Amino acid sequence: MNDIVINAVLSLSALGVAAAVILYFVAQRFKVIEDPRIDQVNELLPGANCGGCGYAGCRQFAEAIVKNESLEDMNCPVGGDESMKEIASLLGLEVEEQLKMIAVVRCNGTFNNAPEKVQYDGPASCEFEHNLAAGSSGCPNGCLGLGDCVESCNFDAIYINDERGIPEVSEKNCVACGACVEACPRNIIELRPKGKKDRRVFVSCVNTEKGGPAKKNCSVACIGCGKCVKTCPFDAITMENNLATIDPEKCKLCRKCAPVCPTGAILEANFPMRKPKEGQEQSDKPVDKQIELKHTTTVLMYPEVPKPAKKAAPKKDTPNDTQKQSKTDQGGKEA
Amino acid sequence: MNLKTFKIGGVHPEENKLSADKEIEVFPVPKKVYIPISQNLGAPSKPVVNKKDQVKAGQLIAKGEAFISANVHSSVAGTVSKIDKVIDQSGYKRDTIIIDVDGDEWDESIDRSEEINRDITHLEPDSIIKKLGEKGIVGLGGATFPSHVKLMVPEGKTAETLIINGVECEPYLTADHRLMMEKGEEMLIGVSILMKGLKVDKAYIGIESNKPDAIAHISNLAQKFKGIEVYGLKVKYPQGAEKQLIKALTGREVPSGKLPIEVGCVVNNVGTAFSVYEAVQKNKPLMERVVTVTGKELPKPSNFLVRIGTPVSELVEKAGGLPESTGKVVSGGPMMGKALTSLEVPVIKGTSGILVFPARVSKRVPMQHCIRCGKCVTACPMGLEPYLLSQLAQKERYEGAEDERIMDCMECGSCHFTCPSGRPLLDYIRLGKNKVGQMIRNRGK
Repeated sequence: MNDIVINAVLSLSALGVAAAVILYFVAQRFKVIEDPRIDQVNELLPGANCGGCGYAGCRQFAEAIVKNESLEDMNCPVGGDESMKEIASLLGLEVEEQLKMIAVVRCNGTFNNAPEKVQYDGPASCEFEHNLAAGSSGCPNGCLGLGDCVESCNFDAIYINDERGIPEVSEKNCVACGACVEACPRNIIELRPKGKKDRRVFVSCVNTEKGGPAKKNCSVACIGCGKCVKTCPFDAITMENNLATIDPEKCKLCRKCAPVCPTGAILEANFPMRKPKEGQEQSDKPVDKQIELKHTTTVLMYPEVPKPAKKAAPKKDTPNDTQKQSKTDQGGKEA
Repeated sequence: MNLKTFKIGGVHPEENKLSADKEIEVFPVPKKVYIPISQNLGAPSKPVVNKKDQVKAGQLIAKGEAFISANVHSSVAGTVSKIDKVIDQSGYKRDTIIIDVDGDEWDESIDRSEEINRDITHLEPDSIIKKLGEKGIVGLGGATFPSHVKLMVPEGKTAETLIINGVECEPYLTADHRLMMEKGEEMLIGVSILMKGLKVDKAYIGIESNKPDAIAHISNLAQKFKGIEVYGLKVKYPQGAEKQLIKALTGREVPSGKLPIEVGCVVNNVGTAFSVYEAVQKNKPLMERVVTVTGKELPKPSNFLVRIGTPVSELVEKAGGLPESTGKVVSGGPMMGKALTSLEVPVIKGTSGILVFPARVSKRVPMQHCIRCGKCVTACPMGLEPYLLSQLAQKERYEGAEDERIMDCMECGSCHFTCPSGRPLLDYIRLGKNKVGQMIRNRGK
């Protein structure tokens, strides 16, 4: 009886020792030498694996940094300058400060502005609707509002406002990883610098149709009239395919372009309300209208110059006008 | 009668051929026509007229320059008012020639007599192909593939059989049925011309058995023609699909990813055969087609002979006007047709029907979970697994979808029709096909 126990213990121990010896040599032979700095850099990264840096994940980004020995064109949008500085000091490298970016939705085709003409009842995905038809408002470039961008976001930063039918980007949560930009089949979302004091001016439309057809489907479409291009003192606005685009690098946030836009397609973000000038008549000064947003702290507004009584009349009878007006007052206090 | 059919899959939707006994009515010339320059598969044609030009009915207005493209002719006489972008079925805008109608003067070369021209002895294959290309004939079954390209058999392949599709398996549509009843002889002459163009001596005409009058009529007429045989087919959707019809009539199976010429067959629709007759014997370009306008609540379901470019709204008006209950207007058949986003879109070469559905039947049923019942697999006429393909497409696993032969799907919608959970199988498969197609094209670069 004892013999069996002893034999078993001995033979198993011998096997174990043999295996250990083999494993030791194998481990020596096939050792993977890895730069320990990769692990250290990886520790400093946020670990979101969002792909915003252009690499598959944080680990791959860390490997690339250590391999390149340079931080040129390398940026982690999630960690931002803080993370990049820590990595730079760890590796003894220099890093340039990056502009803070944010995703901007360049469409204002809400239920009110671009009313539904046809109903779409297929699967709830923008990509489907985009492939099948021009969309329920008839605008071939406008937001479809089915939320492919919301699905793509890993940071809880973009939501569809169910009263307006278009997405809103959270000022706080958006890290500008670009996932929603990729996901949008209509290329409405773009990354723009966050701007001084988070202030931005942008054309909230991507429609390239001529003025008439564009206006037919959406009351706030860019009609390509070119007034803003002429007004801009810094040549920051370009007109291409009946669509104005504001170059954020050249834009000095002077706010001169927005009041001249006849359709209110140029939006201002996070600016204070314009103050009425003394001696100016109440009727011809631009009235700032704040857009009511639900999921973000951004203050979005557009100035509207009151038109002669004939044209202004039909606009006033929309029920939302009064609502907007009251919100404008609140917005003024916030700003 | 011994009826033929294809083997795998297929479904039996309600037939609803409401307009089957309505004679083809010549639709009045509209005041304005919208003729898109791209109405066929392949490259868009190039306009050859300018603003303010005077055109006659039958005059060439856009030339197809690529290999797979077709000429477009004016369907009316009048003045070109402009060449602009106009919305098509999907709501997107496409280049369109807009013509203000003025009188109805036809091009002198077109023979407008009622007489049937039976003499085809002098025709040569090359001249037939040239004529079809010149007159802009495309397949009228729905896919609008240019007919002259179909007749050019690639080198190394030989055509043995011409197959004529008189199946009309889509519910509601009766355009082909009426055409066979009223223009049977002309259609058969067209078939003989196509046989000559292809240098074959055999043609099979397949007609589903829900049209016994058409089978009897065409069989009777076909006795006078050499080499044309008429077969009755069991009623089953999608028998009118090229590959299914070949299987049903000849027993041959077209290999995956290949064209019917691989098994020696060329398939053409009866409507195409009729327009071939008109092009070759009467010198008339493709400027009119038979369109079924129907719907259960539409006052007067009808078959119209319509000029290409007529707005759909006028057709619906003539058929009794849009009922108040309307929820959806579909261009094409109920299984494969596309819902229209506006009634102002024009009739084009591929428009076989305009269907008006009331809101209560046109609403989709809410989507539920897949219960793995396998009905879609049984229904798929191509022997695919639609539930799997749709899930692969949904999860963006396009390589997997390609391995599962997603590109063989012909989008007949049988899976979608049969699904008890109301899953949008075809929608996902279409998206998957789109992506896999892009992937394959990029690979070639």
